[in-house]
Amino acid sequence: MIEIKDIYKSFSGNDVLQGISGKFEEGVTNLIIGGSGSGKTTLLKCMVGLHQPGSGSVLYDGRDFTPMTYEQRIEVRKEIGMLFQGSALFDSMTVEENIMFPLNMFTDQSRKEKLERVDFCLERVNLAGKNKLFPAELSGGMKKRVGIARAISMNPKYLFCDEPNSGLDPKTSIVIDELIQEITEEYKTTTIVVTHDMNSVMGIGDYILFLHEGKKFWEGSNKEIAHTDIKELNDFVFASRFMKAAKDKF
Amino acid sequence: MNFTNFGRYILLLKSVFRKPEKLKIYLKEIAKQMDYVGVGSLGLIAIISTFIGAVMTLQIAFQLVSDFIPKTIIGSVNRDSSILELSPTISAIVLAGKIGSAISSEIGSMRVTEQIDALEIMGINAPGYLILPKIISGITMVPMLVIISMFLSITGGYIGGSISGAVTPAEYIQGITTDFNPYTITVALVKAFVFGFIITSVPAYEGFYVRGGALEVSQASTRAVVISCISILVCDYLVTQLLL
Repeated sequence: MIEIKDIYKSFSGNDVLQGISGKFEEGVTNLIIGGSGSGKTTLLKCMVGLHQPGSGSVLYDGRDFTPMTYEQRIEVRKEIGMLFQGSALFDSMTVEENIMFPLNMFTDQSRKEKLERVDFCLERVNLAGKNKLFPAELSGGMKKRVGIARAISMNPKYLFCDEPNSGLDPKTSIVIDELIQEITEEYKTTTIVVTHDMNSVMGIGDYILFLHEGKKFWEGSNKEIAHTDIKELNDFVFASRFMKAAKDKF
Repeated sequence: MNFTNFGRYILLLKSVFRKPEKLKIYLKEIAKQMDYVGVGSLGLIAIISTFIGAVMTLQIAFQLVSDFIPKTIIGSVNRDSSILELSPTISAIVLAGKIGSAISSEIGSMRVTEQIDALEIMGINAPGYLILPKIISGITMVPMLVIISMFLSITGGYIGGSISGAVTPAEYIQGITTDFNPYTITVALVKAFVFGFIITSVPAYEGFYVRGGALEVSQASTRAVVISCISILVCDYLVTQLLL
């Protein structure tokens, strides 16, 4: 479980996060949603330590991450897997080398064991046999799936996904969402997905935290989201005519 | 602002020299970088050094108008100029353009495509993994390139002098072997070591802190080359003043 308490963050006097708190349970898909510039990605980066929060704390199963030393953080980060918005695959490495990279760095497994793990991860994301391709030879959806394969290669306890559906067609988006949900349930990871994709919100949002202008406006599940009377949330979720029409059927 | 940048540069170097996560992987990366910096630059350095040596011989001969000065002086002036200044400094400036811009754009591209963030999330010391192998390859391969450059520059002088008739081969050989002070080699290698460090660490710093996209990466690359060249010239003066 990951818990965030009263996170504040500002850049050059601009308050991006203003006292965000929340609890993200393991084995369920937790979503952080909000419009562009609402502070979603900044919150995610504060949680994984890419940004240092101005104040507040991030607890990984009770371990406060924010005051940790570099060495202590490394130990926590070994338990983290992350899927980036642009996949962030290493261009100079093949798919196999990308997935094997954390294994090479942190395990003493034999090459055979590592290759078996790579094959397992690729099979899990339905990309078996694509070991020798370079990232430039993959489609956007395939890159995301390789990103997921790399993220799960070390059996992470915590899985972070930054806008996993951005730039993907609706069908591939659903494939990625389902994959994230399956992995979360199968490995009991604490999964946090930053998104503004409404299909994801309605499809996999077990717990949703809604941010607006750097503040937490609402939290709940995808079943509850259609029945709130918070204007900012309704304006965000039901922005399109299709969603407005669909709202009545929820 | 410049003090801020210098402070960040020092802090980055502190991170670079942290204990590697796995030595074997770092060694593999160092070997790769040595091949790129050393072997990859050999052709360019060879061509430049040979021609500079040849041109130096012709220009020294052109300036020797007095009959009282023996022509053997052409060889000794060419030797000392090549060893002390031309080989280390010109090689370093050329390498700053070739290697410096490549390092800056490689690391900068990794930054804007979140590959550096990915390394950090995995628990890898990104500055160490990305920059340390480059610095080690710089401080080892640049001195080696400079040694080759010295030899080729002096050889180029011999060839240029012989072809043009500015100096006879016997006079040139006599010139380069008379009153040779081996200390000049030490000074040149100290310079090469310092320049190797600058050529790799300054562009790595510029690339590592890029923010934005393709435009900022190219701007960082240009800035890296300019700052490296100025730093090389300043350090050239300081090392010369300290050691000679």
